[in-house]
Order: sequence, then C-alpha cells, then structure tokens
Amino acid sequence: MNTILFFILSIIIIISSFLVIISKNPIHSVLFLILVFFNSAILFLFSNAEFLAMVLLIVYIGAVAVLFLFVVMMLDINITKLRQSLLNYLPIGILIGSIIFLELFYVVSKSNFIFIEKNIIENISNQAINNTKIIGNFLYTDYFLLFQLSGLILLVAMIGAILLTLRKRLGTKKQNIYKQILKK
Amino acid sequence: MDIPINYYLYLSITIFTIGILGVFLNRKNLIVLLMSIELILLSANINLVSFSNYYKDITGQIFVLFTLSVSAAEAAVGLAIIVIFFRKKDSIHIDDINTLKG
Repeated sequence: MNTILFFILSIIIIISSFLVIISKNPIHSVLFLILVFFNSAILFLFSNAEFLAMVLLIVYIGAVAVLFLFVVMMLDINITKLRQSLLNYLPIGILIGSIIFLELFYVVSKSNFIFIEKNIIENISNQAINNTKIIGNFLYTDYFLLFQLSGLILLVAMIGAILLTLRKRLGTKKQNIYKQILKK
Repeated sequence: MDIPINYYLYLSITIFTIGILGVFLNRKNLIVLLMSIELILLSANINLVSFSNYYKDITGQIFVLFTLSVSAAEAAVGLAIIVIFFRKKDSIHIDDINTLKG
C-alpha cells in the first residue's frame, strides 16, 4: 500500500517538475513548483521526518514560492517573446542531461547499502520521544555553531537583498535628520 | 521502512536531471532558472532525508535544515538581482545578460 502511494507521489513529482521547466507561463511554473514541494513534503512524512515536512511546507511553499510568485507578478515579462530559441540548446542539454542521468543511474543500481546499527541515543525509530525533540536536542548542542552560521547567512542575505533593491528616486520627500538638527 | 532506499535514490536522480535540463534548456527566463536550482536542492534534500531514515541517524535531517536556510538565502539574493537587472535592462532575457562579455 505504501509502495503504491510512493509511486503515485513520485509520478506526480516527476511530471510536475517537468512542467516547471517547460511551461510557457512563469506563473504556471511557480504553481507546479508548489505542487512538487507539497508532494515532497508528503514523501518526507513517509521517511519519518515530520518536522522537516512541515518546515518544507512553511519555508518553501510559504516563503520561497510566494517570493517567486511576487517577483513574477512584479516584472512585466513578455510571454510570447520568451520562447524563441529553445531548440538552440536542446542537443547539448539532452546530451549532458542523459550522461548525468545514466551515470547516476548506474551508480545507484550497482550499489548495495550496508545497514549499520547506530548508537541507541541517535536512534530515531525510538518512538518514546518525537522527531522534533530529537532534532532540537542535536541542533542546539552538537550543531550549535552551524546553526548560528546559518542564521548569519540569512542575515547577510537579508541585508544584501535590501541593499541591492534600494534606490534613491528623485522627487520623493525624505527626512534629513542631520539638516533638521542643525537648523536654527 | 517498507519502501526500499533505491526508489528514493531513483526519484532523487530523476529530479536532479530535470533540474540540470532546466538550467540548460531554459535560455529565456531567468526566474525559471532559479526554480531549476530549487529543484536540484530539493533532490539533495530527498537524498539526505531518505538516508537519515535508512541509517536511523538524525544528522541527515539536521543538514536538510541548513540546506533549507541556504536555499532560502539564495532565492532572496537571486530574486533581488533579477529585480535590479529588470530595472536596468527592462527584460530578464538570458541573452540580454552580456554586460561582462563572458
């Protein structure tokens, strides 16, 4: 039963990720990207990663996909102009894509994974405490430096995005505090 | 753990290849190129989560959190660059991005 559900989800993910890259309208691409993320969240639920499934819903669908949607709506893109020379790069794209796919497929099909029993502390099949609690226990102790670094990355990205899109327009009225204080 | 790990890996490599193809084939729209990069990162996330479930080790899921934060930062900065490029050149055509003559 689970395997059938897995196949249905995988087929939906693959078809909609194809539609992400081939659909003409960028808004359709964003909506299919949301479908891909939603089905991947369900796949994460299959893999006993409940917290990450919900984080995927919140971060990807709630933040990143909506950000894409806002940018697509703000920019005035000419859709008919967009599809001219798709076929120019089709042969090299098919070549490189098929080479990558066949290599990865060969590696995966020839590999056999040996199951290693880990320490009982790191065992996530222990149902007594839930997934979120285990992630918190490891994230705030062993990986605390990395956690702070990821916060720093987000801060730098926020400052960069604000600084890149900030512009001074002529004609807007702004407060100049320096002038205001020095005014007699 | 009734689904074999190979199925997850096949799904992951398929999404990865679709993302690569999106980067190659989409020479017109810069936003769809960023979406292809998101697809590639998602395939990496599926790999990490499935191995975390297979080996019963939580480290994979923690690294998925870091990947998520990095991809969110990348999307924010990339979209900001797209917005200022559109403001300057009035299109997000990939063939118009030739200022560096690369």
